[in-house]
Amino acid sequence: MTTSMDETRIRTEGLNLFYGPKQALKSVSVDLKKSRVTALIGPSGCGKSTFLRALNRMNDLIDDVHVEGKVLIEGVDIYDPKVDVVELRKRVGMIFQKSNPFPKSIYENVAYGPRINGVNDRSKLDEMVERSLRQAALWDEVKDDLTKSGLALSGGQQQRLCIARAMAVNPEILLMDEPASALDPIATAKIEELIYQLKSTYTIVIVTHNMQQAARVSDDTAFFYLGELIEMDETKKMFTAPSKKQTEDYVTGRFG
Amino acid sequence: MRNAPWLGTLTVVGSGAAALTIILLVVVVMANILIGGWDTLSWEFLSAAPTEGMTAGGVFPAIVGTFLRVILMSIVGVPIGAITAIYLSEYASQRSIFARFIRFAVNTLAGVPAIVFGLFGLGFFIQFVGGGMDRAFGDGVELRWAQPNLLWASLTMALMTLPVVIVSVEEAMRNVPRELREASLALGASRWQTVYKVVLPNSITGLLTGGVLAVSRGAGEVAPILFTGAAYFLPHLPNSLSDQFMELGYHIYVMSTQSPDVEATMGIQYATTLVLLLLTFSLNFAAVYLRYRMRKRAIA
Amino acid sequence: MRSSDLYTRKFHVSEFLAEKLIAATAFLSFAVIILIFVFVFREALPIFSSSEPATHDEAVQEEVETYGEEALGEASQLRAAEEKERRAGSIEHVEGNASLRNLLSTDWQPVSGEPKFGLLPLIVGSLKVSLIAILLAAPLAILAALYTSTFAPKRVKEILKPAIEILAGFPSVVIGFFALIVLATFVQDLFGTMYRLNAFVGGVALSLAVIPIVYTIAEDAIAAVPKSMTEASLALGATSWQTALFVTLPAATPGIFAAVLLGVGRAFGETMIVLMATGNAALMTFNVTDPVRTMSATIGAEMAEVVFGDTHYNVLFLIGSILFIFTFTLNAVAEFYIRRRLLRKFRGG
Ligand SMILES: Nc1ncnc2c1ncn2[C@@H]1O[C@H](COP(=O)(O)OP(=O)(O)OP(=O)(O)O)[C@@H](O)[C@H]1O
Ligand SMILES: [Mg+2]
Repeated sequence: MTTSMDETRIRTEGLNLFYGPKQALKSVSVDLKKSRVTALIGPSGCGKSTFLRALNRMNDLIDDVHVEGKVLIEGVDIYDPKVDVVELRKRVGMIFQKSNPFPKSIYENVAYGPRINGVNDRSKLDEMVERSLRQAALWDEVKDDLTKSGLALSGGQQQRLCIARAMAVNPEILLMDEPASALDPIATAKIEELIYQLKSTYTIVIVTHNMQQAARVSDDTAFFYLGELIEMDETKKMFTAPSKKQTEDYVTGRFG
Repeated sequence: MRNAPWLGTLTVVGSGAAALTIILLVVVVMANILIGGWDTLSWEFLSAAPTEGMTAGGVFPAIVGTFLRVILMSIVGVPIGAITAIYLSEYASQRSIFARFIRFAVNTLAGVPAIVFGLFGLGFFIQFVGGGMDRAFGDGVELRWAQPNLLWASLTMALMTLPVVIVSVEEAMRNVPRELREASLALGASRWQTVYKVVLPNSITGLLTGGVLAVSRGAGEVAPILFTGAAYFLPHLPNSLSDQFMELGYHIYVMSTQSPDVEATMGIQYATTLVLLLLTFSLNFAAVYLRYRMRKRAIA
Repeated sequence: MRSSDLYTRKFHVSEFLAEKLIAATAFLSFAVIILIFVFVFREALPIFSSSEPATHDEAVQEEVETYGEEALGEASQLRAAEEKERRAGSIEHVEGNASLRNLLSTDWQPVSGEPKFGLLPLIVGSLKVSLIAILLAAPLAILAALYTSTFAPKRVKEILKPAIEILAGFPSVVIGFFALIVLATFVQDLFGTMYRLNAFVGGVALSLAVIPIVYTIAEDAIAAVPKSMTEASLALGATSWQTALFVTLPAATPGIFAAVLLGVGRAFGETMIVLMATGNAALMTFNVTDPVRTMSATIGAEMAEVVFGDTHYNVLFLIGSILFIFTFTLNAVAEFYIRRRLLRKFRGG
């Protein structure tokens, strides 16, 4: 990982994660850089989502999960007992594979984060909602019916609403778990475009099954297999001259 | 025999007949009470007090008593039940011993006979708590709290209907998609904020259903109040928590088993039964409807 | 950078309070079970501890009007005057003695000159009525459940299920009333029984309360049989009734067993129906057309007029304790079976 001189934002050291007796991550050590998009690829069940969810401690919600090793965000070990999980999750936003807007209005969906942070001033909320929706490239489509239910939007719009909602809490890192897998090509293109625009401000980690997508949107790519990080490098290099045979087989579709 | 056609016919016809028999039983009981009570049922019957030694007049005080009792019961029981459901569904890890104990307790509570709740009300609320209150605040002579009354009957009933509320609310909470909780938590909401802003608003129907079912169960149950607060006849409506009260179910029981001339009051008995049946029925229908809507939404 | 304050884990007071408060409230259910245990048994305990009269300073409770023992057979004929007299008698009560021998005798005469607290006729009474009820209710309910979940067309099912579950909403006093006024006469006309109110009438009435419980849980158990199982059977060429009879029913057996157990528990503990429909005579017979007095009915009929703290009072609590232990055990066993079924359901995918 000598490809970038950017500062490290997330670093994992020997990260092991167990679901009960089953080990889902095996000694994963990786550096993720600021202002870059990192794609996580690998066959189904290899631990991409698990790794992603380890970065904002969403796995805490599952009974029986056990974590070893370190996850350092800006040098702070987030599994340190002194760390405030709620605070952590405000810094590390997450977009899920299946868009999950609340059954509330578009406005209230975006205002949810600010509200739980104690922002109740209407004009301030208005401003935050508009800014987030603009960032998520949704503003023009919904600005006239902010009171409409978030569930009334199309799939692609719902996913962008979720992105806007995540950005309203001003995270530094955005984790995206197959954000476009349920969307049609046009909606997918919009999300990819969005990711491209957001990367200057956020550190983005995105899981995808789509090699073209990984090649299009990411700067770095990490390849997981059976819970292990096989290889990570600049995306260009990963797709053209990977150093591991397994990686080459996978990216060229010869995997079996 | 495993492929004898007659066995097939027997199975299908037999089980269908069983279902039909039960439906018929329901219809017969309902029809009998409806027909028996219809003529006596009137606005006056609902709004007047019994007269002439309970052989004439209406059941107004009994309706009021039933009403007061279920209101008090719900005020206490529904919040406790809802919070317990929140604990079981949102806070407890499925493996925690504590949660398992509580789950077991809720199931056990659901199976404790109503009459045992009555004994408990008598032994705990009246003798122990009420007795203690009288010793602490009373003049030592007059009994105020250490006797059957509206408060103890309602509290007893609240405990009895607790499992109904818990089960119903918990079901509703489990129907709230996990994705919504995750969305909220991933935005940095705390657990309580998630419960309060996402889970609860999406399980309001379940909360209502639970409350309505509890009220229906409570309104129809007589055994626990036989000796914790119900009275045969009272000249006044209860005006404090330490008063006894008349009650629809108890009224039916007393009128049909110990009035000196049962035949003479048959119309009143039937009409009272009809009132109680209509009351619990409308409540049950409301619950069924709410639950139906809730499930439909959960699927969508 | 902001990250430094990740470390300073804030102490969220409201969060902490909410969590503790919720856990404490949830604990209440458990506490209530313990309290029931303690307070019901506590009042029964003096029977075993000493021969001295228990000392309760609570006064005689007079206001509540109820009725106690019914004249043999004809509940409705009891005259109010007799009632008063009898209650007067019970107030200047005789302190009975509830030795083990007395408790195990076959006479229940708690307010006679020499009180007899024989529990046997009451236990036999409860068992007799519950047995009749479950024998009637279980086959009907299980068959109806089988029909609902395997044979009934979807439209029929959607009506059938709520219609049968309506029965669960019948207040027991309504069923008791129906049994007392209508069913008793009907049975007497049909079979020419000597007593209008008897164990059989009580059992039939009780089965109305038991049916919906058995039905609901059995239906649940049958519906929970994995589709893969029934489909495998159908794919092998078995007809739907063969599948129902030889695949679905056996697979659902633990759940159905639990349903029956819970039905028995309900029958055993039910008070108002038996109080109104069985005649309430503490006879020690096995004839189903004799009147009978159950444990629950005894408590319901007599508790309101005993002297707080005397032996009769303690014995009624003892009966309550027995009821509690019995239903508690049934529930625990039933839950064991239901849990096993659920486990299987989840493993079956
Ligand atoms: N909650 C859980 N409990 C137990 N095991 C789990 C849980 N979640 C995931 N696993 C297991 O951990 C492994 C990694 O799962 P994960 O969801 O991280 O894979 P993934 O790479 O995201 O797969 P996909 O591409 O299909 O989303 C899998 O073998 C999975 O079965
Ligand atoms: Mg995944």
